[in-house]
Amino acid sequence: MMRNLLSIDDLTREDIERILSRAHSFAQVSGREIKKVPTLRGRTVINLFYESSTRTSSSFELAAKRLSADLVNIKSVGSSVDKGESLKDTVQTLSAYDPTAIVIRSPHAGAANLVARWTTASVINAGDGKHEHPTQALLDLYTLRGRRPQIEGTKIWIVGDVMHSRVARSNVLAFTRMGAEVTVCGPPTLIPRDFESLGCDVRYSLDGIEEADVVYALRMQMERMTGSYVPSLREYAARFQIDSRRLAPHQLLMHPGPVNRGVELAAEVIDSPQALIVQQVESGVVVRMAVLYELLAAGNAPSPVPAHTEPQPA
Amino acid sequence: MTPLAPRLDRPETPPSDLLIKRAHLIDPRVGIDEPADLLVRGGEVAEVGAPGSLEAPERAEVVDAEGLHAFPAFVDPHVHLRTPGREDEEDIGSGTRAAAAGGFCAILAMPNTDPVTDSASVLLSLRERAREEARVPTGFLAAVTVGQKGEQLTEMGELIDAGALGFSDDGLPVQSAGVLRQALRYQRMTGGCIALHEEDPTLSRGGSMHEGEVSALLGVGGIPSISESTMIARDAAIARYEDAQIHIQHLSARESVQAIEQAKAAGVRITCEATPHHLTLTEESVRSLDTNFKMNPPLRSEDDRQALLDGLRSGIIDCVATDHAPHAREEKEQPFETAPMGVTGLETAFAALHTMLVIPGLIPLGVLIERMTAGGAPFGLAIPSLSPGSPANICLADLAAEWEAGEAGYESRSSNSCFAGRRLIGRVRMTVAGGSVAYRERSFAIGAVS
Repeated sequence: MMRNLLSIDDLTREDIERILSRAHSFAQVSGREIKKVPTLRGRTVINLFYESSTRTSSSFELAAKRLSADLVNIKSVGSSVDKGESLKDTVQTLSAYDPTAIVIRSPHAGAANLVARWTTASVINAGDGKHEHPTQALLDLYTLRGRRPQIEGTKIWIVGDVMHSRVARSNVLAFTRMGAEVTVCGPPTLIPRDFESLGCDVRYSLDGIEEADVVYALRMQMERMTGSYVPSLREYAARFQIDSRRLAPHQLLMHPGPVNRGVELAAEVIDSPQALIVQQVESGVVVRMAVLYELLAAGNAPSPVPAHTEPQPA
Repeated sequence: MTPLAPRLDRPETPPSDLLIKRAHLIDPRVGIDEPADLLVRGGEVAEVGAPGSLEAPERAEVVDAEGLHAFPAFVDPHVHLRTPGREDEEDIGSGTRAAAAGGFCAILAMPNTDPVTDSASVLLSLRERAREEARVPTGFLAAVTVGQKGEQLTEMGELIDAGALGFSDDGLPVQSAGVLRQALRYQRMTGGCIALHEEDPTLSRGGSMHEGEVSALLGVGGIPSISESTMIARDAAIARYEDAQIHIQHLSARESVQAIEQAKAAGVRITCEATPHHLTLTEESVRSLDTNFKMNPPLRSEDDRQALLDGLRSGIIDCVATDHAPHAREEKEQPFETAPMGVTGLETAFAALHTMLVIPGLIPLGVLIERMTAGGAPFGLAIPSLSPGSPANICLADLAAEWEAGEAGYESRSSNSCFAGRRLIGRVRMTVAGGSVAYRERSFAIGAVS
């Protein structure tokens, strides 16, 4: 049984399949009026977020609570981290609460690995710098499979600021592990040298995007103007914005959110039926429930979710 | 050339009388590579003779060195003693004990201290501390620019008069070509080699590791090789124009070796160094994001490492220097991107290079000894020698001894070693520095005074 989820690289294809199918059974729980199962009752999960985040932290919070765990939210702002407490000291202090799991988001690569060194709790990487965001990749796979069951051989283009995107890195690894063909596309200044070594193709223009089955757009941040990555958002949008001209009717559109309307995506495609953006958010909770289950409960319970249960008191 | 001792500082120490019996002596410059007896009298190499042939004079220590090797001891022109300012990380005493334990008979300390060693008063106080605490003769470099800010030259003349062995803004580059040019021109008057940390901050900005496959995978900012090589080319051109003498520190990239080669071919008075970690490790070690592999310049690709090995063999790289950079444990126990750069190196340098380069046959032992003893030459210091008449600077080592780096702790105050936990082969048993014994390994028994 896995103890931590630090990187997509930690997961085999079988592991991914198992987590996705467990997420599917949790989706049935989420359809009920009382959306809870008692799996993690009495266990404590700590959300340790050093970067602001609404969707990921609330998604993990809901996931933990639907599994009946007790959840503690720690955001760096307003905590002793502001007073200069080191990551190590924070983790060791939190260990006193005997958490079963620590979900960590940090602006620094490798933070989750460090936390795993300093605690016996299971550690889930909720985003470490520009390195990885494994649960995002899992929910993206889950969402995509909901519309396109056969991932093997699917052509996926990831478009945008690949260099600064942990979502891109985790997704390249996850999609290729499941047999998809991945192309990353963006301005050369936003795609690192040697990026092909992750197992994908690299393109510097949208020429050829019509061959893609799935277009996955990344957020283009205002901050990229400094550092001479792109001369202007206008030039970026002119070359790389996904709009109804560039997105063919048969293509699916994904985005990790939040979207910069009018920058990486034109309004008309965001709201089109080809877009899976809302479903991505929705699937976040069940996928994270499945991850928590995988790390904390899979070795114990014989089966994930009973097919028919009376609603349990909370 | 000036003899080592007068320009370096250490406490007044009675010179040793020592008979080292039956060690395998190696000194390529003198042409000796065989078992021999070596007699040290009054702190000087007095005689070298056939094994068992020399008699110990009265009151001399006798060392039974059968099975051991004796070389000229090493010189490290690039050490951070963290004094003044960070004596918690290292001080002159602990740093020089580490040097002695690593087989070094002399070191040069870098001036990126707090306060920066940019005035005669700081320099003189350091020299005085060295005269109280230094286990091996220690020299000090002064900063090129005031506060190492890269804007205004230090009082280079006064600093030389106060005993600086040269200049460096190490830790930082001298970013402005104009300022560097002035320093190199002024050097005509003052003398003093200028040692350069080569990095273009506009290229290295935001980077913590080599820009390559590993940084692409980890999403960590990369420092491209051209950050170093373009500055080397620039500075070599300025040195050529001003007929100045420069020493390039911690080479890390193939392009840099090429730039040095071209500069030497053009007659520039340029020398350079490489560290044990750059010669033995690559960006692959950084995949783990272990901060003991975070240094500046970073560990680069295997191709870069091969270029450094070729350079070391051929002599384009003149010497080994450790860039011994102690850091407090809590500072290194941080995410990779925020941790400070640098690793210790004095105590593991010879063993790591012996284990990972000599034993696999990548570099002959004689060449390694030459490169590890040559570090003082660019700064006008004599190269340690086993030939009779030389001051006694001797490293006695057991080349078969296996040990685990860090297992028994370190002499250094700090433990941030990139070789920590690695099994190394080759251990220094005794070091004679500047004519007297500076280090004996704890378990190393020495024969009774006769």
